[in-house]
Amino acid sequence: MSEVRETDLPGVGTRYDFRTDHGTNVSVLVHRTGRREIYVYDRDDPDRCQSVLTLTAQDTLTLVELLGASRVTAHLAAMQQQLEDLTIDWIDVSAQSRWVGRTLEEAAVHTRTGVSVVAILRGADTLSAPGAQTQILAGDRLVAIGRPDGVAQLDRELSEPVS
Amino acid sequence: MILAATSSEVARIFLELGAVILGLAVLARVSDRLEVSPIPLYLIAGLAFGQGGIVELDVSEDFVELAAEIGVILLLFTLGLEYSAEELRTSLRRGAPVGGVDIVLNATPGALAGWLLGFGAKETLLLAGITYISSSGIVSKVLRDFEWLGNRETPSVLTTLVLEDLVMALYLPIASAILLGDGAAKAVLAIAVALTILVLVLFGALRYGEILSRLVSARSDEALLLGVVGLTLLVAGLAQEVNISAAVGAFLVGIALSGPVQQRTTVLVNPLRDLFAALFFLFFGLRIDPSDVVGALLPAAMLAGVTGATKVATGAWAAGRDGVGTRGRLRAGTALVARGEFSIVIAGLGASAGVDSDLGPLAAAYVLMLAAAGPLAARYADRRPRIVPQ
Repeated sequence: MSEVRETDLPGVGTRYDFRTDHGTNVSVLVHRTGRREIYVYDRDDPDRCQSVLTLTAQDTLTLVELLGASRVTAHLAAMQQQLEDLTIDWIDVSAQSRWVGRTLEEAAVHTRTGVSVVAILRGADTLSAPGAQTQILAGDRLVAIGRPDGVAQLDRELSEPVS
Repeated sequence: MILAATSSEVARIFLELGAVILGLAVLARVSDRLEVSPIPLYLIAGLAFGQGGIVELDVSEDFVELAAEIGVILLLFTLGLEYSAEELRTSLRRGAPVGGVDIVLNATPGALAGWLLGFGAKETLLLAGITYISSSGIVSKVLRDFEWLGNRETPSVLTTLVLEDLVMALYLPIASAILLGDGAAKAVLAIAVALTILVLVLFGALRYGEILSRLVSARSDEALLLGVVGLTLLVAGLAQEVNISAAVGAFLVGIALSGPVQQRTTVLVNPLRDLFAALFFLFFGLRIDPSDVVGALLPAAMLAGVTGATKVATGAWAAGRDGVGTRGRLRAGTALVARGEFSIVIAGLGASAGVDSDLGPLAAAYVLMLAAAGPLAARYADRRPRIVPQ
């Protein structure tokens, strides 16, 4: 999967960019209202983009369905076969966890537990390769990869209330 | 006031007010058709029908004045609402140098012009603020209308706006303390008090904003709207009482609200703001004699030319820091050129404090020019013929 870059747009929402295999720069602008826009960048002026599609929350679900939301899972299954001593787990975030509302960086997930969060399943959305600034929200399902003890530790922290 | 009026007076008030608001509606429609900001049109309408205008309209001054005051409060409230505390913090961390350059490049010409025109210290301070602050309303309209939201220079533009927001939070209380306080010692004391309260409130808002949001949050839109407007007016009144200007109080309430309440409130309050803000711009124009504006055209044009250029430089520099190319930098610069509602708010502060009457006409002429020129410059930057490399 290609690398996705995240940029905050104060007062508007968040923009996610990636480059397709054919070299087109694409970005998805998620407005705070839930509206989404898909942009494609101009080849001559890489800073200028053109709106291709405007989607409501409902349209987004339809599009995700058509494009195949199960891609992330397939991708992960393939990885598990290669990396035998690592575990992949789906961790549900409880509302009581002390990391709710904090970013991955603040929770220092990787530094403390050695676990990488490769995706966050949030409602109908999949945030693949979430950046360090991504917030952990109650009800998120984190897709985590790491050594079994690290994954277990993260699972405890996210599913149990503050001790 | 209205209760005590006889029925024929009530009828007159409604007739006048209805005619005025219908007139504004026509202007809003025209501005939408022409794809320009309605603010200059409201100002021109105020000039045309105010003292010394073509027709002197004898609207119920008391009501329009109160409505105009509420308009200012709602303008600042929605400005505060626009950005979350988190966005303010990140922007401050990332873009502090941009904020500094913005102040130096855009407030200095205003201050110099005030000095050259022989204004007093108060008027000069206000003029510096007027030339500094971009119109976040017009800028975000430009970004949306030209489909620039996804562009790579847009985060730099938005960060600049956020920082100007924060600067306003400091500038407004200082300006109002200086305007209201007489004598240097009293002014310093007033500033100290104002800033202390501001810092306390800002800190509290960032820290405990969630609790506030939960308190005003209500399932019904009606309850939420009434709760938010009531709270805003209350805090605005308190702020005015301790001389930090009602507008700043409203601004702080806007910042403190966060999360889902913030989204819903924006949707609910915006129509209300549009109504009262339109009356505010009209009222500002009503109090100014058009012949004074004609006299201020030349200095306003020069000031507009200089500060238009310095704003382009600011935006271009901010975008350059983020690694944006030449054309994107030009777009970022031109996007920020427009001055509008907040310049008028600052000039209005001066008018209510009774400063030199030359400032109002100058500010009106200045905003008329840049509110119109900003979007035009942005359009030019977008359609500029491509420079083909040899």
